[in-house]
Amino acid sequence: MTQDLRYSALKKTPFHSRTSMASRTNKYYNWNGYTVPTEYSTTELEYTAARNGTSVMDLTPMGKYEITGDHAHRFVDYLVTRDLSEMKDNTVAYIIWCNEDGKVIDDGTIFKFSSTKFMLCCAVKIYNWLNDSAYGFDVSISDVTDTIAALAIQGPTSCSTLKKFGAEDLEKLKPFEMREYKIDGFDILISRTGFTGDLGYELWTDPKNAEATWDNIEIAGKELKLRPFGMHALEMTRIEAGFIQTNTDFMAAEDSLRPTRMRSPYEIGMGWLVHLNKNSYFVGKKALKKEKEESTTERCLVGLDIDGDKPAHGSVIYNSKKEDIGIVTAALWSPIMKKNIALASLKRPYGIKIKENIFAEIYHPEELEYRKIWARCKVVKRQFFNPERRNKIPADLYE
Amino acid sequence: MPKNTHDVIVVGAGHNGLTAASYMAKAGLDVVVLEKNDWIGGAAVSRELYPGWKYSNCSYVCSLLRPEIMRDLELYKYGLQIIPYEGSATMMKNGDYYTHYHDHDMTINSIRRHSHKDAEAYERYSRDVLRQCKIIKPLLKMTPPDLTSFKPKDLFGALEFAKHFAAKDELDGLGEKEIYDTIRFYTMSIRDYLEEYFESEITKAHLAGSAIIGTALGPCSPGSAYVLLHHYMGEVDGSVGSWGYARGGMGSITQAMMGCLKDHGGEVKPSSEVTNVITKNGKAIGVATQNGDEYYAKKIVSNLDVKRTFLKITEEKDLPDDFVKSVKNFKIRGSSGKLNIALDALPDFPCIPEGDPGGGGDMHFTETIEEMEGAYDDWKRGEWSRNPYVDMCIPSKSDPTMAEPGKHYMSVFIQYVPFNLANGGWNEERKQEFGRHIVDCISEFSPNFKDLINHYEVRTPLELENEVGLTEGNIFQGELTMDQLMFNRPVPGYAQYRTPLKNMYICSSSTHPGGGVMGAPGANAAREVLLDMNVPQKGNYY
Repeated sequence: MTQDLRYSALKKTPFHSRTSMASRTNKYYNWNGYTVPTEYSTTELEYTAARNGTSVMDLTPMGKYEITGDHAHRFVDYLVTRDLSEMKDNTVAYIIWCNEDGKVIDDGTIFKFSSTKFMLCCAVKIYNWLNDSAYGFDVSISDVTDTIAALAIQGPTSCSTLKKFGAEDLEKLKPFEMREYKIDGFDILISRTGFTGDLGYELWTDPKNAEATWDNIEIAGKELKLRPFGMHALEMTRIEAGFIQTNTDFMAAEDSLRPTRMRSPYEIGMGWLVHLNKNSYFVGKKALKKEKEESTTERCLVGLDIDGDKPAHGSVIYNSKKEDIGIVTAALWSPIMKKNIALASLKRPYGIKIKENIFAEIYHPEELEYRKIWARCKVVKRQFFNPERRNKIPADLYE
Repeated sequence: MPKNTHDVIVVGAGHNGLTAASYMAKAGLDVVVLEKNDWIGGAAVSRELYPGWKYSNCSYVCSLLRPEIMRDLELYKYGLQIIPYEGSATMMKNGDYYTHYHDHDMTINSIRRHSHKDAEAYERYSRDVLRQCKIIKPLLKMTPPDLTSFKPKDLFGALEFAKHFAAKDELDGLGEKEIYDTIRFYTMSIRDYLEEYFESEITKAHLAGSAIIGTALGPCSPGSAYVLLHHYMGEVDGSVGSWGYARGGMGSITQAMMGCLKDHGGEVKPSSEVTNVITKNGKAIGVATQNGDEYYAKKIVSNLDVKRTFLKITEEKDLPDDFVKSVKNFKIRGSSGKLNIALDALPDFPCIPEGDPGGGGDMHFTETIEEMEGAYDDWKRGEWSRNPYVDMCIPSKSDPTMAEPGKHYMSVFIQYVPFNLANGGWNEERKQEFGRHIVDCISEFSPNFKDLINHYEVRTPLELENEVGLTEGNIFQGELTMDQLMFNRPVPGYAQYRTPLKNMYICSSSTHPGGGVMGAPGANAAREVLLDMNVPQKGNYY
């Protein structure tokens, strides 16, 4: 499905006819060159759908790359910091990848169909990086962003919605597993993955099947509190889940103008994805090993529980001597937890050894004047929200 | 030392009793809560009276519950989630309808259909009411000062109260005009107030509903404007005036509170009705229960309304005469009833187009303030309103846990219903007649409604008194009029959660800041108990 893009800046996704019909506010933004809704009606209600019913989001603009060939498995394992040598077919893994200096380029998910076929999904464009890195491997890489329509179906009733849509036995699918379905004559891949930190799935299909899929899911979810949700609501849920966003919580190494803004995995709370003891070499291994051995990590990305109810958007964080020790990268009043939370990039030892007596300077807008609030913060686990239902097998059903 | 000795006994496991108990248990005290029913929650309960359907039997929506309390008691961790409403609608006999939405611009467009002038007036009205909400918000958390006392605490308290009243914190101070407005607002009738803004009858009728729910005042009664504020001053995540459902029904609130209490070592004993407070040398030292048990404690905190607390479980001889007289005079008049209905499918309301989010929250069919006043006139004669004001909602439209997909639970709150029914009072037959009357009224706006009913529960003020323990079935545990608010609540001279009986406290909605599932009376009372026991207090609330 190629669109004539002469004189136009943004592409439409295969769901556009449906997403634009569902939008009552006509608020759109540019995601990876596509126009998608920031909000359909009210962000709070869309957020609620993700925590109470089923939320549906057009995920098509997400960067999608197919990696095929005899060396596909070896190449993927070489590309990322995580040890994927034992990765099973029909599973998905959360990954990050770095440049040679051990600075993070992006995070994403890798889907393994077989040892010769993978799909990588991520936020930024990395077609060139993949091709450069593939030198010497027998693989071919194609950008399939335009040729796969994708939806995120997330929330406590999402399994029931998809079952009603035709995904039999879906409740048995474990987190980070995927399964191919044939529904109404089309191939649909469903993975138990997502960006909301809740029970949820992602659905991948042919763009030709997009509109029918949207319509049928809407029908299936009619009694299951289904609602389309936009980027603003997604942002709320991902902060609660403690997921990081490239170029929001850290600068992608490929995008950073200033070398000092680049971050190692250890600086953004992704140390657990770096497997220095994996047998084969991976991009950035040397630098990361050195950083780990010499303990030269400068920063950390932590969760903050902040006093009061005013979100600390962009706040500078101080120690008790009023010295600048970091910055808030994402902030939110969490509707479900009734807590004022934030993700913050702090200079070590703050956030690691020193977790109390730190303060956020919040500028709260009040009718063209700002009220300055000095709010006490506590360093907490970045994963603020992690309900039991998220990883439950079989998944919760509403019948 | 006698058996069953604790630091604190809380009488009644309603939301305020459990809030107070949880704060005290969190502060390290040994707390036991005694509840008369074999379930807990008072008027914040979810009960399954018909298999497959959960009812929010009494209170049915949530807005007033202070977010600081939800945060301090970590109610989320114990299963509480608030789902905001989508909108509200008033259906009209001519087939038209009037709606409010979560989205301000959608509301403005909806009002404009009825009056261009009112659409703009609504902006002005919203600003003025929001200003009142901001003024009152900090007061909710305060213990009202005793204006006749010269104790430093009261003098500073009075100053603090006045400062907030002049809105020094939230609004950078008020001018002379705004202070006059505030005083007028507290004493006006809602009809007079709305007339200053709006021209369209339907706009006024829709807005006036909030001023009569739960009260024995009519829309033309002075003081009814304040009741509207009482319904507006809550919030859902910073959206002031918004309402939502508790996921799983209102019982999720009290269940979550109980979860917190138990995690901090507290205990709740159902089926333990307190019959009397045990006193010694003019001090409360314990309580006796119906089943013959006795409990002793350093402090006793009553979650019962002020009449039940002092006229039923406390002996008159333990109290000063003038206090007893004031308690007897406390206005606590039942004026509301309720139907909880199990429906086989979503009923059609032809006035509201399918898919219009206005039908997602509360629905009404009272078109004018005169109709509302007429409904009140019936109550004054001791009759249920022939043309009642109803606040009906279908929580299962938003909450997937109340009934299985496709089935629905409908809550119908009815104004006005007398406690003392004329011509012989309530009996089973008249209760059912009342229920049928309401079903008939709703059917006029929903042709298939009757056919979908599987079961319904009828609640008159008498049931609310007998079962929940609310005197006369008054949902606020006492009228919300100026003579019974702030330093006058429950009675002048005793607004600081302490009572004339030493070591006895009161934490119910009969105290400041009053009724609704707010938790503030409970948290405020806990603060005073902890203060008297020299136990440090922690949390966002304090």
